[in-house]
Amino acid sequence: MALNGQRRLERRWGWLMAVPAILGFVIFTAGPMVASLVLSLTDWQIGGTPAFVGAGNYTELADDELFWKSLSATTYYTLGAVPVALIVAFAVAMLLNQKVRGLPVWRTIFYLPTLVPAIANVVLWIWIFNPDFGLLNSLLRQGGLPAGMWIYDENMAVPSLIVMSTWGFGNTMVIFLAGLQGVPQHLYEAVSVDGGGPWHRFRHVTVPMMTPTIFYNLVVGVIGTFQVFNQAYVMTEGGPNNATLFYVYYLFRKAFRESEMGYASALAWVLFMIIVLVTFLLFRNARRWVYYEMAGAR
Amino acid sequence: MRGRVLLYLALIAGAVPTLVPFVWLVRSALMQDSQMFIAPPEWIPDPFQWSNFTQALTAQPFGRYFLNTVVIAVISVLGTVLTCSIAAFSFSRLRWRGRNVVFAVLLSGVMLPYAVTLIPTFVMWQELGALNTIAPLTVPSWFAGAGGGVLNVFLLRQFFLTIPFELDEAAYIDGASPWRVFWMVVMPLSKPALIVVTIFTFIGTWNDFLGPLLYLNDEEKYTLSIGLASFQSIYITQWGYLMAASAAVIAPIIALFFFLQRYFIEGVTLTGIKN
Repeated sequence: MALNGQRRLERRWGWLMAVPAILGFVIFTAGPMVASLVLSLTDWQIGGTPAFVGAGNYTELADDELFWKSLSATTYYTLGAVPVALIVAFAVAMLLNQKVRGLPVWRTIFYLPTLVPAIANVVLWIWIFNPDFGLLNSLLRQGGLPAGMWIYDENMAVPSLIVMSTWGFGNTMVIFLAGLQGVPQHLYEAVSVDGGGPWHRFRHVTVPMMTPTIFYNLVVGVIGTFQVFNQAYVMTEGGPNNATLFYVYYLFRKAFRESEMGYASALAWVLFMIIVLVTFLLFRNARRWVYYEMAGAR
Repeated sequence: MRGRVLLYLALIAGAVPTLVPFVWLVRSALMQDSQMFIAPPEWIPDPFQWSNFTQALTAQPFGRYFLNTVVIAVISVLGTVLTCSIAAFSFSRLRWRGRNVVFAVLLSGVMLPYAVTLIPTFVMWQELGALNTIAPLTVPSWFAGAGGGVLNVFLLRQFFLTIPFELDEAAYIDGASPWRVFWMVVMPLSKPALIVVTIFTFIGTWNDFLGPLLYLNDEEKYTLSIGLASFQSIYITQWGYLMAASAAVIAPIIALFFFLQRYFIEGVTLTGIKN
């Protein structure tokens, strides 16, 4: 009897305690998700009545130059920012993994930029990029090098923002460092016993053992970077000449500046589909290079 | 030996560009305009212009923004920690049919870009007449974090699973209810995980920009983030003030980090290693 009573108790409390999470999912995730799909099939401005237009918004997208511009600007930014951040973070994590003295101090230094609130970060970098008195141009002039226009130059704007985003590589680095510390020492010893040098240890132990961590950081990086917004909103307003018209910023403008809620919802769903597709491709491609020690061990 | 020297040289080579923006921020925050525009740049303020801070922080009610941000952050942290723990307890230590399916469905929500839910959620709050209140910024956190907050449920669940189940069984034999087991047994043993969730929720709320931008219109309701953005658009060339205000917004977070460093690193590691 006691066992049955216990089961019943757990079942009742189990459901009860899951209710807030389930409600949250329905109200703030599933509900809005369906609603935005429905909205994307309408022409709707806040205050008016939605008019059903079928796939109209989606066909309109195909002819929208700014949509393609925002897609290419965002892709460009992602293709630059993610690999650069991964390489820098991995390199610094490798350095920190060499039994460095004062590890907490070094780790803190490299982690610090990650802590800067997004807007303070943006304000700081506007000043760093300032063509007349900013840090970058001051240093370049001092070194006798030509100064640049940075975020105020159509061709330099995205690369400048990539530099800025690389500054915040701390999270990625900490995850890499934890991964590196988990690589079994005996594998390194085995390579040394076989007469392998540092390069062999790196190439045949570190890299394969780190592929799951690299993969994780890659996926998280791509998904996050593709939704970049603050820099475009505060720093560049999408300019110059739409060079930094990032996708979510364009969507925001359509929805909350031009009140084209239907069209913006279509943009949102296209973004969703792109992210699903990219994630799917990354996972499918992962089988070729990500090394899992015993399937399912992680 | 030579290898060690090279190693530390490489670390310094990495640390300099990481720290220079901070130095630039602080020196600009403490400089007079006239000194700031000298070429080549000077690095030591002369004199130290502390009044940049008082001027900037009183030009707009930053004290008010600070309080607003703290209120939103505290309500969000309380809601997230409490409801995410409750859900995580149910998903890890209570047996009920459909549990794992429900959990998997909830977790799938993490994949969804925030842009997809943005518009309907905004419309919903508008219909409820809650625009220009803190409700849209705080209420979701009382539903197990809603949206991306599910990651907290995941993190707590993983932690709860490491606590011996014998403790629960002993308590049940003594006639305890599941709530009592949750509150008196599991929660007190989960402090590290709870601190991690607290820190990340706090930082997330503190740094949130888009949320307050969409939902708060009155200047007196602004958070630090949008307060700073609006300050930036007004004092666009007053670099001393801008840097002082930015430094003031950054400082609390950095202070928090120094006190809770261990948990930060553990938290980042915990969320990253799960895959």
